[in-house]
Amino acid sequence: MFYREAGQFKTSYKADQALFPILQDRIGIAAILLIAFVVIPAFANDFFLTSIMIPFLIFALAAIGLNVLTGYCGQLSLGTGAFMGVGAYAAYKLTSIFPDANVIVMVLVSGVFSAAIGAVFGLPSLRIKGLYLAVTTLAAQFFLEWCFIRIPWLYNYNSSGAIEVPRREMFGFIVTGAEALPITRYFVVLCITAGIAYLMANVLRGRIGRSWMMIRDMDIAAELMGVRPLQTKLMAFAVSSYICGVAGAMMVFFWLNAAEPSSYSIRLSFQILFMVILGGLGSLGGAFMGAAFIWILPVLLKFVPGALGIDIAAETVEHATFMIVGALIIFFLIVEPHGFARLWQIAKQKLRVWPFPY
Amino acid sequence: MNAFVADKALTPAEADGSGEPETLLRVDNVSLAFGGVKAITDISFDIRKGEIRAIIGPNGAGKTSMLNVINGFYHPQEGTITWRGTVRRKMKPYEAASQGIARTFQNVALFKGMTTLDNIMSGRSLKMHRNFFWQVLWRGPAEREEIEHRKKVEEIIDFLEIQAIRKTPVGRLPYGLQKRVELGRALAMEPELLLLDEPMAGMNLEEKEDMSRFIIDVNQEFGTTIALIEHDMGVVMDLSDRVVVLDYGKKIADGPPEEVQASQAVIDAYLGVSH
Amino acid sequence: MLYDIFIDPFVQMYDMPDFFLQVLWEGFVAGILYALIALGFVLIFKASGVFNFAQGIMVVFAGLTLVGLHENGVPAYLALILTIGVMAVLAYGVERIVMRPLVNQPEIILLMATIGLTYFLVGFGEFVFGGEPKQMITEELGLPTGSTAFEIGERGLIILQHIDIAAAVIAVVMVIALAIFFNKTRIGRALRAVADDHQAALSVGISLNQIWAIVWFAAGLVALATGIMWGARSDVSFALEIVAFKALPVLILGGFTSIPGAIVGGLIIGFGEKIGELYWGGLVGGGVESWLAYIIALIFLLFRPQGLFGERIIERI
Repeated sequence: MFYREAGQFKTSYKADQALFPILQDRIGIAAILLIAFVVIPAFANDFFLTSIMIPFLIFALAAIGLNVLTGYCGQLSLGTGAFMGVGAYAAYKLTSIFPDANVIVMVLVSGVFSAAIGAVFGLPSLRIKGLYLAVTTLAAQFFLEWCFIRIPWLYNYNSSGAIEVPRREMFGFIVTGAEALPITRYFVVLCITAGIAYLMANVLRGRIGRSWMMIRDMDIAAELMGVRPLQTKLMAFAVSSYICGVAGAMMVFFWLNAAEPSSYSIRLSFQILFMVILGGLGSLGGAFMGAAFIWILPVLLKFVPGALGIDIAAETVEHATFMIVGALIIFFLIVEPHGFARLWQIAKQKLRVWPFPY
Repeated sequence: MNAFVADKALTPAEADGSGEPETLLRVDNVSLAFGGVKAITDISFDIRKGEIRAIIGPNGAGKTSMLNVINGFYHPQEGTITWRGTVRRKMKPYEAASQGIARTFQNVALFKGMTTLDNIMSGRSLKMHRNFFWQVLWRGPAEREEIEHRKKVEEIIDFLEIQAIRKTPVGRLPYGLQKRVELGRALAMEPELLLLDEPMAGMNLEEKEDMSRFIIDVNQEFGTTIALIEHDMGVVMDLSDRVVVLDYGKKIADGPPEEVQASQAVIDAYLGVSH
Repeated sequence: MLYDIFIDPFVQMYDMPDFFLQVLWEGFVAGILYALIALGFVLIFKASGVFNFAQGIMVVFAGLTLVGLHENGVPAYLALILTIGVMAVLAYGVERIVMRPLVNQPEIILLMATIGLTYFLVGFGEFVFGGEPKQMITEELGLPTGSTAFEIGERGLIILQHIDIAAAVIAVVMVIALAIFFNKTRIGRALRAVADDHQAALSVGISLNQIWAIVWFAAGLVALATGIMWGARSDVSFALEIVAFKALPVLILGGFTSIPGAIVGGLIIGFGEKIGELYWGGLVGGGVESWLAYIIALIFLLFRPQGLFGERIIERI
């Protein structure tokens, strides 16, 4: 009744090709942006921003990155964590080589390095497909992780072997380093994530997004239609790694303040992969939903027993979290293998015909 | 409708009037083998500009392999392919596509996760040129280009009478419509030569009539040269200008439908004579 | 530099043959263990087309259950029998709860389900038995400990751990037993039928569910044996998970469906990794073992995308 496109006539292809052709969707996205930019900063406390919103947005961005590669182009990757790490180390090196440069620009440029490395590891994708390709990306994961440990230049020969984010200011605000306010970090992360998500939505609805989906759905037919497989796949690898690299750099610059090679381990790769699968392969909105689920659920599990007055050892909670997350993943795969994005579509469909479903 | 009729609209009749018709594609002594298995042995034939050329033969005769050779998916061990007068080197499928060879498939090979509209738009890939940075910005050139091609695609959608399923994911469509969308996708490439691999397999009579009508319209209105594989002899005899018959990877007859129909070798191949 | 890469390692191999042999032996044993994990993968992949990511974790889980039961006062052999029981329950549960509802889903979804299973097993194992590393109960199970030294030439010496020899013997026995099971029994024949074509197998009256439960159980047994051997060489803990990933390059080399492939692949990776680490690893700062296996597999893949034993893929459309 309320969600219905009847009566909304489009008179140009331009209107029909818009990101949100239906009025109700436009209202919805405006509401979400309003909440993100106004309501949350106005009311949220530091804990909510630091422990929930900032990591959620960063992971959502990484999930968008992986979704470009796996969800849209159909190339399974288990190396997301390492590509994020490349972004983080690149941003760290850039800020130490150019201390006066704008730190946000450095974070955005760091993605270029992970894009280049991602494209190199994407080269075998021309000959190798499916699960076999997963091994290539595993090679990237372990090899890059090894580089983060064994090349001291990358962490400026720190004795700890970790990278620590220096304090940087911008327009009089401290944006990075331990003293930066959560609210400042939140705005930076929100702007970058929302901006990249919007730009990716543009790419995905045009020729390039279509050629990725052609490769995903039927690579041979795509080639016979004139899509160059190597170029297309490499571009997907590069774009995906760029986004993951920026997310990885944001992870250390605006959230953790310091990172070790183990921050970018295979565990992180899996975490992002779960977000993509549960959110829905080939859906930008799904990336956000998946990230929310995978990140916020364990946080809740960690704090709910304490809030209820039940005293459980931290270790036990961690083990239980693993169990529950694992079980929920299986559960959701069984209920809806196409992820939350599909559930959302079904809900919209139901809403469309409500209150007369027949 | 006439928007994408190029200046190449020459029906076979017209071509005949102006003397010797131009040969669009010539296959000379092509042989193809997988390991020890010979799929095609020493086949030669030609496709003239503007005609409908049928390739027929029993199952396993090498018809689909022949099409695969023509659009560069398989590389023959021997023989040459001449495309518009130039002998073709070993080429990649996407190069064949950019030279104007489009194709439909025996088992529908649509992009299952995309809508009808996107599937047909995908046929325009080669004709769209805006690079990544314009695409990212969308506003301006990329959007204009998208709209311009959308217009062409809508013309094809109108032509094939599939307006109602424009926004439906193709995976949900019935088989007959999928075949039609696939034809639309190939037409969107505005090809010189259209290869149709069993466009009417598994269709009922009504759907076959529709499809035949589309094929004739494409050939006559747009002047597209068509090579088609089909098992329904009635359709082949009605539609095609010339027929080539394959059996066990060898050519056994070539000529106008009536002539081929009367050929003893063809009758033997279809009725089964011990080899 | 070039000397260090291309000549020096071979000079060392020649100069110290005993050390070289020792390295080969280490590689052999590691290879056997990789092969055993890969074997579990192959069993399940053959029968159900599921790429069971949880195989590596099943190894640790089986070992942990065994040790955990023993720590809680269960005699060693009884604990072994109970662990076999646990693996059977796990196999039945996985078939019933995970595989059955997900039948006919795309392979990536099934893969994700087994990764979910991995998380579940890690959490469950640590929840029940605690997260700290444990000692394998090698002696209590009657497995040999200690080592024998062989003298070679003038002053050369190779040391063979008895447990390693036992591991090799058990692996061989297990492969032979599986081969007999596959080729000579009724269930084995049904299994091969299922591997060839699910629907055709169903149509001649083979129960897919039963077959899947059986292969998961068989994979569980292989995991248990691997877990014991591995646990005896190092501690039992989920840190072994990283090592379990090495089964992937092994599978790539051997092909997802070939048992001999799994063994040959395991040995190639085992040898390659140890030799690479000890003779060339030092040049780049060591620790190359963590990724060398993947690079070896990658190089093989680039030349033979179908694996060592796979047939040439002819793409058709």
